[in-house]
Amino acid sequence: MFKKILIVTLFIFYSGNSFASDKELLKVDWSFKGVTGKFDRSSLQRGYQVYKEVCSSCHSMRLLSYRNLGEKGGPEFSITEVKNIASSFEVTDGPDSQGEMFTRPGRPSDRFVSMYPNVEAATAANGGAYPPDMSVLVKSRKGGANYIYSVLMGYDDPPQDLKLDEGVYYNKYMDGNKIKMAKPLMEGIVTYSDGTNATEEQMAKDVTAFLTWAAEPHLEARHKMGFKVIIFLIILTLLVYFSMKRIWSRIDTEV
Amino acid sequence: MDKGEKKTNRRDFLFTASYTIGAVGVGATIWPFVDQMNPDRSVKALATTEVDISQIEPGKSITVLWRGKPVFIKRRTEAEISEAQSVSLEELKHPEKDEDRVKKSEWLVMLGVCTHLGCVPLSDKGEYNGWFCPCHGSHYDTSGRIRKGPAPVNMEIPKYEFVDNNTIKIG
Amino acid sequence: MSDHTYTPSSKFGKWFNDRLPLLSLSAHLREYPTPKNLNYWWTFGGILTFCLVAQIVTGVVLGMHYVAHVDMAFDSIEHIMRDVNYGWLLRYIHSNGASMFFLAVYIHIFRALFYGSYKSPREVIWIIGMLIYILMMATAFMGYVLPWGQMSFWGATVITNLFSAVPFIGESITTWLWGGYSVDNPTLTRFFSLHYLFPFIILGLVILHIWALHVPGNNNPVGIEIKKPSKDTVPFHPYITIKDLFALLIFLIIFSGFIFFSPNILGHPDNYIQANPIVTPTHIVPEWYLLPFYAILRSVPDKLGGVILLFASIFILLALPWLDRSKVKSAIFRPIYKQFFWILIIDVLVLGYMGAMPAEGTYLLIARVGTIYYFLHFLVILPLLSSVEKTDPVPANISEPVLKG
Repeated sequence: MFKKILIVTLFIFYSGNSFASDKELLKVDWSFKGVTGKFDRSSLQRGYQVYKEVCSSCHSMRLLSYRNLGEKGGPEFSITEVKNIASSFEVTDGPDSQGEMFTRPGRPSDRFVSMYPNVEAATAANGGAYPPDMSVLVKSRKGGANYIYSVLMGYDDPPQDLKLDEGVYYNKYMDGNKIKMAKPLMEGIVTYSDGTNATEEQMAKDVTAFLTWAAEPHLEARHKMGFKVIIFLIILTLLVYFSMKRIWSRIDTEV
Repeated sequence: MDKGEKKTNRRDFLFTASYTIGAVGVGATIWPFVDQMNPDRSVKALATTEVDISQIEPGKSITVLWRGKPVFIKRRTEAEISEAQSVSLEELKHPEKDEDRVKKSEWLVMLGVCTHLGCVPLSDKGEYNGWFCPCHGSHYDTSGRIRKGPAPVNMEIPKYEFVDNNTIKIG
Repeated sequence: MSDHTYTPSSKFGKWFNDRLPLLSLSAHLREYPTPKNLNYWWTFGGILTFCLVAQIVTGVVLGMHYVAHVDMAFDSIEHIMRDVNYGWLLRYIHSNGASMFFLAVYIHIFRALFYGSYKSPREVIWIIGMLIYILMMATAFMGYVLPWGQMSFWGATVITNLFSAVPFIGESITTWLWGGYSVDNPTLTRFFSLHYLFPFIILGLVILHIWALHVPGNNNPVGIEIKKPSKDTVPFHPYITIKDLFALLIFLIIFSGFIFFSPNILGHPDNYIQANPIVTPTHIVPEWYLLPFYAILRSVPDKLGGVILLFASIFILLALPWLDRSKVKSAIFRPIYKQFFWILIIDVLVLGYMGAMPAEGTYLLIARVGTIYYFLHFLVILPLLSSVEKTDPVPANISEPVLKG
């Protein structure tokens, strides 16, 4: 009897444990979701383009290095493309032998250049709202990729009774429905170098996929290893199970 | 008895298979713990360094840091070059021709680490117009070869190449 | 330790064993008579030992790359995740390993509760076990602070602030814990040092725990003491070693499921945001394995009261062998106790759920009921049952229940 109550309790425990009034998020059938999830290289490359041309004016990604763009499991730009991307940015280096800081073209080993020198400057330049660094943004929000995508697509006219301050916008999926970022993605704001049509939805999908990779660059390797490990463990478990049965058969009475 | 033998063989096979597969698992598990101590990706990314050599006057040298160690880049004068080239191999503790140690004879690129016990030799010192290591008195010539003192071999030449006339890529 | 007349087969073995009896110890462990009727609930001791070793090994290698400084901690962990060879794997094993460690320890504890393994003559095993559990919670708490995310920082702030509730010296204790006037760098560095230390204290206690166990021998599902060795026991190796290995492999499959396919599901997204002393997260929650105690803490409106109840809820377990004095060990033969056992499990799960909810409204009410019931179970129900429960007849030996069918 109590085992039944236990099961019901566990069921309640697991089904829907959110208490904030979050609207049901937009769901996308991401290529990287699920046990066989993989990233779509071209989507990641387009996503990087969206980040570079739209988002990076406010959002840093300081935990990423340009060489990551060429590493396995990511956008997998060629080594020349990576060098070109890196050298298109000016990086601060130094001090030199005179004690001065100087700038030089970026190298693959450099970290992504930030628009602002520090958090305070970024906050001040954006009406007191800090544009979060996006290196692990996808992992730092409940709902992950679906949440990011929903916020990007969730801009709408505010309901009649809601008065918004200057610089505050209405978003259906943001906690509290208010966001200080103006809608970033408009159709055609980016001209994709691979010719894909840059609709809002396309850009939102691509940049979300890119951000997911940025937060989890080893996702594919992790899935691959996981498969091998679990198959291996199942085989070993079966072998050990039969060994166990064989050993225990030596006793006449099994309790 | 035949049946008993068969049973033993099956049991042995089961146990042997279990042990073997288990051992494979244990070995595969150990590898990540060992490999995490190898150079990580950020360290490997800094494995090469590009140096601008356009500002170096003849007879002068610069020292750059590469993989945590000093690299001497010397722009040799004609006198230093011919001195290096004219030494006969019999005189050398570690026989190496100067031509084999440089890509362009004007430029000597070598690891500024004494091959005795690792100190950094001083430039333009010593009895052979090259480098002198103050730690235990090793003298190197204008090609960085050991001429006198306890160092066993010539200073090491790292992997490098001329990206263009003004830039050397080390590593 | 019982005296075995074990003679090593090789000359070197004999020479060495005379000076340090490791081979005798090994022989004792192999031959150790174990009840042959142990079920799978008894495999969790072995699983826990594996978990401890796994956490220590992954912890030590992570410690080769982690930097315990407020400006670098978060970044150093991302460095591990991104650049260190297999760093992502080692980190996810360690973080999920902590959860698996607690899952196993809760099953292990509830096994003891069901089968009366804490009863005479095994009281000291139980007490050492409780000390291990308390050290585990301290270790896990400090470990969670190290990534220096929002939950790390604010969880540390909330819990260390509890000590200020102590009358007169509370503030001083808290300042002493912090090494400053708030959770900051001195707190982080000392937490790193202690987080590295405690598992080795736990290891020592585990050895004492097993040593104490080997005196009376294992309890068993029927709860009757058996002679060892006898026809009721089997040598630990190979019978129990192979069964423990099988159970461990199943456990590893579940563990791998988390590591490789859902490595962040048991954690909180807020901990991927760098610690910010000026911004408090909307809901501060500890990791799941500490939730029931969190619920008990917040049930009491008074700060000191909550702290007292929190510690009481753990220390009450230490007194268990003296609260439950029923001579019958196994719940199989204690039909009333068995019902209350299941109610306790539901109570703990409900408390855990409430711990994850905001402490207000219906949630708070349920948490309070759950807290009162928790103490009722140990302080009232168990002692009562000890005197009034009519237990079922206990079999004469462990083979009897099987033969009876």
